[in-house]
Amino acid sequence: MKRLFCFLALMVVVILVGCGKPDFSDAEKKTIASLALSRLPPLKPDTTNRFADVPAAAALGSTLFFDLGMSRDGTVSCSTCHKIDRQFQDDLPQAVGVGHTNRRTMPLAGVARDPWFFWDGRRDSLWAQALTPLENPLEQAGNRAAYAHYIKARFGERYERIFGPLPDFSGMPLNASPLGNDAEKAAWNAMSGAQRDAINGVFANIGKAIAAFERSIEPAPTRFDRFALDLATGAEPKGDAVFSKEEILGLKLFIGKANCVTCHDGPRFTDNSFHNTGVPPVADLPPDRGRIDAVHQVEADPFNCFGAYRDGDAGACGELRFMVKDASQLIRAYKTPSLRGAATRPPYMHAGQFSSLDEVVAHYAKAAPSIEGVSEVHPLELSDRERAALVAFLKTLAE
Amino acid sequence: MASLWRYLLAGLGLAALLVGILAVVYLTAPRSAQPAGPDVSRTKKTDNGLYMASFVPERGVVRQGELESWLLTLKTKTGASVERAAIAISGGMPQHNHGLPTSPQVTDYLGEGRYRIEGLKFTMSGWWQLRFAISSGAGSDTVLFNVVL
Repeated sequence: MKRLFCFLALMVVVILVGCGKPDFSDAEKKTIASLALSRLPPLKPDTTNRFADVPAAAALGSTLFFDLGMSRDGTVSCSTCHKIDRQFQDDLPQAVGVGHTNRRTMPLAGVARDPWFFWDGRRDSLWAQALTPLENPLEQAGNRAAYAHYIKARFGERYERIFGPLPDFSGMPLNASPLGNDAEKAAWNAMSGAQRDAINGVFANIGKAIAAFERSIEPAPTRFDRFALDLATGAEPKGDAVFSKEEILGLKLFIGKANCVTCHDGPRFTDNSFHNTGVPPVADLPPDRGRIDAVHQVEADPFNCFGAYRDGDAGACGELRFMVKDASQLIRAYKTPSLRGAATRPPYMHAGQFSSLDEVVAHYAKAAPSIEGVSEVHPLELSDRERAALVAFLKTLAE
Repeated sequence: MASLWRYLLAGLGLAALLVGILAVVYLTAPRSAQPAGPDVSRTKKTDNGLYMASFVPERGVVRQGELESWLLTLKTKTGASVERAAIAISGGMPQHNHGLPTSPQVTDYLGEGRYRIEGLKFTMSGWWQLRFAISSGAGSDTVLFNVVL
């Protein structure tokens, strides 16, 4: 009789101990290790921008990033939306520059590792991306001739020390751009090819300087990374590297049943690709079809990798060369965002459609069909406890 | 009365033992292996048997998320190298409703029936399919390779 009780007690102990420890299969451990920040490879050189790793270019880029003079009315800079103390984003559903835009501001940690830029990938290099808001009438609303004149007047000496002599701007219009208002377009069309090329060259270098600065913005280690490191090395987790049962369940779901890791993979928690996940449109915004409309824009961009302003050879242009141009999967497909730091920067999705991570998880569990194209997401049975666990795990990527 | 208690206790004991054994089995059981996946062989006869095709990563290993080049080697039934074949590439992830994230292309003929396919990119882990439509003097045929990451 005594023995029986002893045996039962032993069983209870075995079961309790078994439940209290993180219990991962070898495959799960391998996946968790692949997500750790320590597995992030060193940043590759950007051969399309020979100033990418030039400190003076990064310093000038930093100045320009925060300079309100880099906008039509002197009220907006890159940092207006990419706020330095808010993970370089703005907490708004859609960004507000000179006007109200249609998309959510992206955070910038690790941005230099992206193959495509913006939610729809309409630019193919960090420096080409940096140029785009400068001329967007809803963002910085300037024009490239005005920026070239401004650089000469304000930063001429710094510019020339990095990029070489500025062109002679005498006789060039103060405002001109192929993307501007009618007067600016007319002024641009009246310029000679050599003049346009001179302005474009200065404009491209502005982008290259800003990109050199942005390359320094990298993700920081989180609680998850400390946990993953301990799990990989077999060390006993201490302090905040100890995960609660809920966080462990969330991690297991993330890499298992909930299929999150399918797209949110690698140390940046993104596959750097575009997917239609059935995210609904915002009622009062213009129609937005995502990637399908962006492929033509990146092909037409004079600052793309095949363009005249690229440094280095075209061997760096594989992404553009092998880009998918016409496939139904591109309809309403948007970039997979990194989940690092996501928990502390609501709202979510490409136009801030969801105000909380609970809503995001509910959306992916429900997997409603897309209003256009085909959603890649399949419905999932997740209990309230499981949904809460997923959110608890996501928070460990922001602590 | 006493014997009833004894039976009850014995029953309880046996039930507890069963629970214990089940618990031990559950806690120590090896993790079930992945269910049998698709055929991932790298050398195959084409669908109508016109060619023997081999498909291997040029570097020998697959690196997820990077643009890669692979080599497709084509031989006829008699083992002769297939020269100047026209090759079209398609594919995707059958479980995710999407095609390939890139448009891979044949970029070079390396001789001895070997063709360099550039611009392949496997952005996710899981089951990928690559289908080659091959056309040469020997006729037109197709072959499907599975790549599981």
